[in-house]
Parts: sequence; structure tokens; C-alpha cells
Amino acid sequence: MAEREFWRWKEYNWHDENIDWKGCDTITAGVDVGSVSSQAVIMVDGKLYAFASTRTGSDSPQSAQKVMDWALENTGMNLDDIHYKVGTGYGRVNVPFADKAITEIACHARGGNFMYGNTVRTILDMGGQDCKAIHCDERGKVTNFLMNDKCAAGTGRGMEVFADLLAVPIEDIGELSFDVEKEPPPVSSTCVVFAKSEASGLLRKGWPKNKVIAAYCNAMAHRVVTLLERIGVEKDFAITGGIGKNIGVVKRIEDELGIEALKADGDTQTAGAVGAALFGKALLEKSRKS
Amino acid sequence: MKANYGYMDGSGEYYITIDTDHCIECAHHGCLDGCPKGMFEIITDDYDDEVAQIKEEFRKKIKYDCADCKPVKDRPPLPCQEACTPGAIEHSW
Ligand code: SF4
Ligand code: SF4
Repeated sequence: MAEREFWRWKEYNWHDENIDWKGCDTITAGVDVGSVSSQAVIMVDGKLYAFASTRTGSDSPQSAQKVMDWALENTGMNLDDIHYKVGTGYGRVNVPFADKAITEIACHARGGNFMYGNTVRTILDMGGQDCKAIHCDERGKVTNFLMNDKCAAGTGRGMEVFADLLAVPIEDIGELSFDVEKEPPPVSSTCVVFAKSEASGLLRKGWPKNKVIAAYCNAMAHRVVTLLERIGVEKDFAITGGIGKNIGVVKRIEDELGIEALKADGDTQTAGAVGAALFGKALLEKSRKS
Repeated sequence: MKANYGYMDGSGEYYITIDTDHCIECAHHGCLDGCPKGMFEIITDDYDDEVAQIKEEFRKKIKYDCADCKPVKDRPPLPCQEACTPGAIEHSW
């Protein structure tokens, strides 16, 4: 029997059957090829129409193609029907069919503005292997940003490693982290490698799994709050990226900041691709005018 | 836009901040030749503005690359800051 992969998060696609894209004026796509996950989003006339979210493979162009094909699945739409495509994320220059590449910082700001509303001023993007703190204006334009990609602490990859170590499905980590009698202190190390060995040590000492999980979520939250504090947190505040779905980390960030994060309607992991598709719409309209 | 390049680690925070609103109006791009390590480059950003940024290859080790300009005692003005007359460059350490 194959060994269970506890880190594996849900990969899925979706499209809105109520939208008839054939009568639409603008069809744009955003493809976010991250170091860990890839998302493709299709927007028609500025409305979310379809998306797919999957794991990034070893080859960025192939991952981009695969996630785009998956977003198109069962829509009746072909790649050629899309008027403008924007690549973003770590692998943005390797999206073979993209008309333009735009940084994930600008795309998360624009996508965050769409998903959370134009009152959002601070976005924390907790990605697969980096973490970004972004300030933006009411149009979703970046006014200040800071990135930490030096180590995997506070990132999705760090959480995946941790889920495997504890043999707990990654989706369950957030909830389980609250199932403790008293909030434990954070694991002291911010480095994934050391945090992992520290967590193993705590388990050997007899700490219940949930307590170790709580200590790790606590450490991760503290780590990103330190990053956020460097540029300051202006309200409204939102969290994008995969970790935005981990309530154990989100709640602890909120508690430490004393600010509640806005809740998104859609999948926080798609914010970058949504922003890329919106950039595509603006660029398409600009090119049509000229 | 304020763009922060660098990192934080156990020993501290090491960021160079470039206020790119100044770069948009800047004609001389003094930062390019001002930095002895050649850490700056001019790019067209996501909003179609010509701005300075720290080259990718320096971002995870600026503490070490800037060390020669930052003696522990009697620190002289930083060459990058002197070269940037609009005053767009700040260092966090
Ligand atoms: S000299 Fe200063 S203002 Fe001019 S481009 Fe360089 S950093 Fe920007
Ligand atoms: S401190 Fe020196 S090495 Fe560092 S950016 Fe400025 S001029 Fe370049």
C-alpha cells in the first residue's frame, strides 16, 4: 500500500456554469506558478469564471500548461479563446503562452483588492516558500512591500514538512492546534530544519501532538508578525496564499496583531492568479484603445 | 512605492528600502555607478515606471555585501545614499 502523504492538500478545479463566456467582451487568464503550487484563473468581463489549483511539478512550463488546461476543463473554452494571459509567481517567465509576466507582489495586491474589497490596505501573502507583506491603495496598487524568501519558516512548505513529521493531514492542523488545555509557548526556532528537530524532541518528551502543533502554529504566526511589523499593519488586513486557509495560524496572527483579518469569499490561494487575470484585463483594454 | 530588499535572520534585520516614487523623476540614476558592488539596476516595474531595484543575486546576502561600506567605527556616508541625490535609499542597519 502506498504510504500516506499527510502534506498533500486538495487540488481541484471549478467553473461557474451560470456564465456564458461566448457572449463576453473580455476573457483573460492569470497563471500563478509558485514554487510549491500553481493556480490558473479565467475571468470573463472582470468576473471570476473558472480556476484550477494544483501542485507545481519539476518543470515550470509544464506545470503552467497543466494547470491552465485543468481550468479550461469542461468549459468548452480553448486557450485561443482567451484574449490576454498573464504569468505571475516564481515561475512567471516560464509560462509559455503568457502575453506578459507580472510580479506576484503586484498580482497579490490587485487580487486581494478584488477578493476582499477596496478597503484592504495590508496583505500578508503566505506562499509556498516565501512570505510577503504588502501595502496597497484603494485601487490595489502596491505602495510598500517586503518579502522574506531566505528561509521556509512561515511558509506552506514548512507546514507540509511539519504535517508529514506529525503524520497529521495538513487540512486538520489548524483545528487541532486549538485542542489544547493551555496555549504552549512557540517552538523557539524559526528555521524549519531546527523547528522540525525541536518538535521531534517535544514528541519524545511526551507532549501530545496537538500541543506540538499549537506550538508550531504559534511560532509561525510570531515569525510573520515580525515581518509585518517591519512595514506596519494598516487596516483592513487580509491574508492570501495557502496558509490563509490554516485557521490555527490565521487566528494566532490576528491575536498577536490585535486585528481581525478579512474573510475571503473564494480560495485565498488563488489571489495571485486573480490579480494576474485582472492585470490582463487592464492591459487588453489598453491595447484595444491604442 | 517603498520596495524593501533584504531579509531578517537571527542576528537582525537587513533591508535596503528604495522609495521608487523618487526614481520615476530621476534622470541621472546615480545609484548605478555609486554602489561599488553594482547592487542596483534600473527596471521597468509592473506599473510601467522606470525604477531602481536591488539585483536578485544580492538580496539574500546584503549584510555581507554592504559590510565594506559599513565599518563598525566612524562610519562614513554610504556611497549609494550619497549618489542618490533625490534621497530614495534607506538602510535598516
Ligand atoms: S539614484 Fe536614487 S532616485 Fe535615482 S534611480 Fe537610483 S535609487 Fe532611484
Ligand atoms: S552600502 Fe555600499 S555596497 Fe551597500 S548598497 Fe550602499 S554603496 Fe552598495
